[in-house]
Amino acid sequence: MSIFIGNETKVVVQGLTGEQGKFHALRNRDYGTKVVAGTRPGKGGESVEGIPIFNTVEEAVEATGANTAMTFVPPPFAKDAVLEAAYAGCDLIVCITEGIPAKDEAEMYDLLKEKTSSRLLGPNCPGLISPGKSNVGIMPHEITMEGNVGVVSRSGTLTYQAVLELTNLNIGQSTCIGIGGDPVPGTSFIDVLDAFQNDSQTEAIVMIGEIGGSAEEEAAEFIKKNVTKPVVSYIAGLTAPPGKKMGHAGAIVSGNKGTASAKIEALTDAGANVVENPTRIGQAIKDVV
Amino acid sequence: MNLFEYQGKRLYQDFSIPTPKSIFVSKISEISDNHGLTYPVVVKAQVQVGGRGKAGGIKVAKDFDELTKFSGEILGMDIKGHIVESLLLEEASNILEEYYISFTLDRSAKSYLMMLSAKGGMDIEEVAEKNPDDLIMLHISPSKGLDSETIIKSIEDAKLNESYKSELRDVISNLYKLFVEGDCDLVEVNPLAITDNGVSALDSKVSLDMNAIYRHENFKDFENEIPIPVSEQFAKEKNLNFIKLEGSVGIIGNGAGLVMSTLDVVSEHGGMAANFLDIGGGAKAETVTAALEVLESEDNVKSVLINIFGGITRCDLVANGIVEATKGKELKWPIIVRLDGTNSKEGLSILEQNTNEKITISSSMDEAAKLAVEGAI
Repeated sequence: MSIFIGNETKVVVQGLTGEQGKFHALRNRDYGTKVVAGTRPGKGGESVEGIPIFNTVEEAVEATGANTAMTFVPPPFAKDAVLEAAYAGCDLIVCITEGIPAKDEAEMYDLLKEKTSSRLLGPNCPGLISPGKSNVGIMPHEITMEGNVGVVSRSGTLTYQAVLELTNLNIGQSTCIGIGGDPVPGTSFIDVLDAFQNDSQTEAIVMIGEIGGSAEEEAAEFIKKNVTKPVVSYIAGLTAPPGKKMGHAGAIVSGNKGTASAKIEALTDAGANVVENPTRIGQAIKDVV
Repeated sequence: MNLFEYQGKRLYQDFSIPTPKSIFVSKISEISDNHGLTYPVVVKAQVQVGGRGKAGGIKVAKDFDELTKFSGEILGMDIKGHIVESLLLEEASNILEEYYISFTLDRSAKSYLMMLSAKGGMDIEEVAEKNPDDLIMLHISPSKGLDSETIIKSIEDAKLNESYKSELRDVISNLYKLFVEGDCDLVEVNPLAITDNGVSALDSKVSLDMNAIYRHENFKDFENEIPIPVSEQFAKEKNLNFIKLEGSVGIIGNGAGLVMSTLDVVSEHGGMAANFLDIGGGAKAETVTAALEVLESEDNVKSVLINIFGGITRCDLVANGIVEATKGKELKWPIIVRLDGTNSKEGLSILEQNTNEKITISSSMDEAAKLAVEGAI
């Protein structure tokens, strides 16, 4: 088993007719992902390289049985697109769009929780891949291989780096997930850690964090209590210049959290093996599997 | 983007949040005797750094002579590395009580957070730490919002002066409106004061969510008024995320996480990054060309490390950008290029067909960092 996506995943692409949407949707399909539909208001009835276009997600779901949406819709329309996919019954919505206002993200998260049972991944994320089964998003599949390590990261490109380090040592992955670094991610580290812990295919977990916010500290707390599988972690930004503090309100909310050292300490305390350099991730995993 | 006090107060006025009468000046010659303000007038340095009062950046003038004298003293003053380039001249208020209020997004709770305290005007972080009961923390559902009854209850819980209850309710409601409709990351008033003239926001700390710039015409105006370091101006024009650092290894990468991590790896090999430069996702050839141009004007750069892991970014386009920027040029420094991910094969073959003796291709991030550190010596 992989998590969140698998052989049964059927994808409807919101924004398939755009340049990015088309490029990555076709790459996903070439990989073997069932890309069954696209949407673009006003272009229903057309098709892109054999993929039928519908005016709405609801129509696409009805006609093709799509259960997963991948969104490339530009920021001003992204909130409505995600909600449309959720109301149409998609179980998983992968939102690639970068640059969505935080207020839209917060409202969207709230409404999804309250009115639907859909899982949102992202926004501003690279999506996820279960090697050998399905690739939904923009991750370069060439660097992945099927196996037993679950990878989760807040950063897109750093996810790829971690995956490559594993593949180079012939260590495969169960699912690789980028949760995105925006203020209100639909899926958190904790959601993914929980799923990996309960996934029979996953034997070890790589978790990549970065400075800022308190998501890594919260994940560490969760690992301490609930994760028995080995966790290797890397936190980017140990040598980065200190960022600007967002007024006093930010300081009160985050306390001492947010620095690389605070995160490394929390994760180490939770039993994770925290490496100081992403190129050591592969070896650290090799030591435990 | 953090705003200056005077910019935040302009937003307050737009949202009917009372502030003292004031004028904004950036030159002494702009201050005339008929400014229309009633003395005493507070001269306030406009800098984005805390503790300006203690540093001498706030003075109370009782007449026109003092007003020009103090303004002259404060303009050009260096407050913790920030040069004062403008002033807010504001009618002094007779303060009866000082409160604290802020609205922000609580990332871990995934909802909005209002903080309210009757102990404003002082270090609110200290209040939060030592007397947490004096700070009301109220989470607000982003989809449901903040209603009048909840505001009234918070005013009571925070033990604010009840004779100003309805006035405070309106101000708090408008501050929340500004936070949401104005797409602010932060709205903080310390102090929100009860004065002889009623409730008044005496200071402002507002931070804007620049992702929302497309739906706010005034964001661009505010941005243009905020001086940015000369070194970052060019990068900003090119829409590149650039921060100048002290070292000698120039860094270009895609994605903040990977760039930060590149800084870490360079440091591990004994080098120091000259900058942080993120070309973002989906960069085109011209983005890469612009990134190299930015580094060309940086004197401290001795070698350049281009670390790209393509996802939405395509390595072939990156390679085209590198070729475009370097073709037929005598390069000042060695460039180490590492390309992986989407279309990396195509990218590498473009570089191989356009060799330049100063450009080295490396197959791993670790090796590339090592070579770049060596190249900077």
